[in-house]
Amino acid sequence: MSMPTRATVARLRSLPVIAPGAAALAIIVVAVSPNPYLHTTVARMLPLALLAVSVAVVAGHAGLPTLGHVAPYAAGAYLTARLALAGIDLAVVHLLCAAVIGAAVAGLAGAVLVRYRGTVFLMLSLAVAELTAITAGQWRTVSGGTDGLAGIPAPRLLAGMPPLVGDRTVLLYTATIMLAVTAAAGWSLRGDRRMLFTAARANENRARASGHPVYVYLWMVHTAAGSLAGIAGALLIHTHRWITPADVGFGTAALALLAVVIGGARSLTGAAVGVVIVLIVRDVVAVEVPGHAPLLLGALFVIAVYALPGGLTALTARLSRHRLFATPHDAPPPAAATSVRSAP
Amino acid sequence: MDALVITTVDGIAYGLLLAIAAAGLTVAFGAGGVLNLAHGTLIATGGYIAATTTAGTWGSLVAAMALAALAGAAGGGVLAAATAALRGRGHLDQALLTFGVALIGADLLTTAYGSDLLRPRMPAALESTIVVAGYRYPVDRLAAFAVAVLVAACGYVLLHRARAGRLIRATVDDRAMVAAIGVNPRTVDAAVLVASGALAGLAGALTTPILGVGPGTADTALLLSLIIVVCGGLGSVPGAVIAAIGVGVVQTVGVVTIPALAPYLLTAMAVILLARPSTVPGQATP
Repeated sequence: MSMPTRATVARLRSLPVIAPGAAALAIIVVAVSPNPYLHTTVARMLPLALLAVSVAVVAGHAGLPTLGHVAPYAAGAYLTARLALAGIDLAVVHLLCAAVIGAAVAGLAGAVLVRYRGTVFLMLSLAVAELTAITAGQWRTVSGGTDGLAGIPAPRLLAGMPPLVGDRTVLLYTATIMLAVTAAAGWSLRGDRRMLFTAARANENRARASGHPVYVYLWMVHTAAGSLAGIAGALLIHTHRWITPADVGFGTAALALLAVVIGGARSLTGAAVGVVIVLIVRDVVAVEVPGHAPLLLGALFVIAVYALPGGLTALTARLSRHRLFATPHDAPPPAAATSVRSAP
Repeated sequence: MDALVITTVDGIAYGLLLAIAAAGLTVAFGAGGVLNLAHGTLIATGGYIAATTTAGTWGSLVAAMALAALAGAAGGGVLAAATAALRGRGHLDQALLTFGVALIGADLLTTAYGSDLLRPRMPAALESTIVVAGYRYPVDRLAAFAVAVLVAACGYVLLHRARAGRLIRATVDDRAMVAAIGVNPRTVDAAVLVASGALAGLAGALTTPILGVGPGTADTALLLSLIIVVCGGLGSVPGAVIAAIGVGVVQTVGVVTIPALAPYLLTAMAVILLARPSTVPGQATP
């Protein structure tokens, strides 16, 4: 029955740094491997991982389980594709434009959506996801209809530099953007802002009674997460170089939200890891049993819901609590142990 | 004009069939609190059973409908057992579980029945047309319409006149009160999921002659049911029936009159109904 030492507390505080660090290390290990197929496979997982991070920001920090962030994702992707096809191939221009249009789309949708909570919000965001897929299929002049857009030119980092086409180069570029954006999102959700969002989520009436404009806070989180989704859309074009309405449909929206549940709602890294696990099952393991990817994915979801209550983050929190502290009640409350709940 | 009348009647008939599917989903959500994303898979199961067990005779048709309802009820029982362990963990965990079950079910159905669109073999008498009020109309649609009205009437009587129905409605309104009168609300939850599954299976069997059944059936049926449940108010059976007829008419008439906008109509309907001023945060959530 020992009290936690300064060293163990310091170790616990350093945990948020460990996860992104481990992610970066994993990317480096993949990048130094000589297997180009591995580079392409991992690079193509990262846009969806960033979309899941944006969903985790809304679901975990604003308490709003969203399927609708596929809309800013689609806007960012189609804008990037159109810019590239029009001859504007600077990656930074793509990323900035995608972030702006992502924020604009999420801001517009959020103005209506964040008035609602719980299941009603989930259903309304499903309607947004459906509208996105329908629009992507119908608006032929922008999206190319159900045929989609192909042959999109590769982006350039700087004017005069060669296009980003090598498998390893694309992986390193995508991973850098993805990790930097996730780290920036994680950094901006710390301190006072985190406490404000926790207050708005945990006891909305009391937060409002204390003078906090809860609607404005939630709208801001929704909008900011839209810019992350927009950037994820730009990365989708940079890694895949084609897009069809199926890439921005209900399947993508559901996959991102379910990955967030598997990862643990309040952890951005957990969401990204959740997507990677889901995509490994869907795109890598399922190759061994052709045509049965849905079966494996379904089994993963069923196992995850029973074996990982609160997601991967709750599991790591439980493990680290047992390892670092002798007395469980000394440990900080496992914030991620409670999954996203609907409004009571 | 004649064509529009027939299309509208078609829409109402289709809406009534959708109502049977959506009534199960909305009651499961309202009473059991279960957001069942595997509902579409149960509907597709009913459809496949009807498509593969009918042999063109009346007996096989009745047997197929009974089998479809039984299979749906069994599926509902499995879901009741699976979701009982998740009580108190929120709708997202249930969504994850039932979405997983739906994916597994869809894979198994495609493996068992292939990827073609299947249709049941109906008795010859149902495959003709008759003249109603001066319009020629397919008999199988009228028969499906009649069965849908019959099921809706039975459902109304069960829900509003029988003790079991009163218990279900009481559970939607006040679980604690149901427990206080000596009935375990969890038993009601399980019974509701079984009944909801039976309705889904039956709805699948009834829609197969009109729409056929294939790999896309589960997704389409789930999405339409969700839109109906949302439009009708979560947990409300009369709301679901009215919304289902609305969705049926909008879908069939919309496709004929304004094909370019038809895909948006349903979603727009759901958004307008959900975003109406009377819905304030928390109010529409049971």
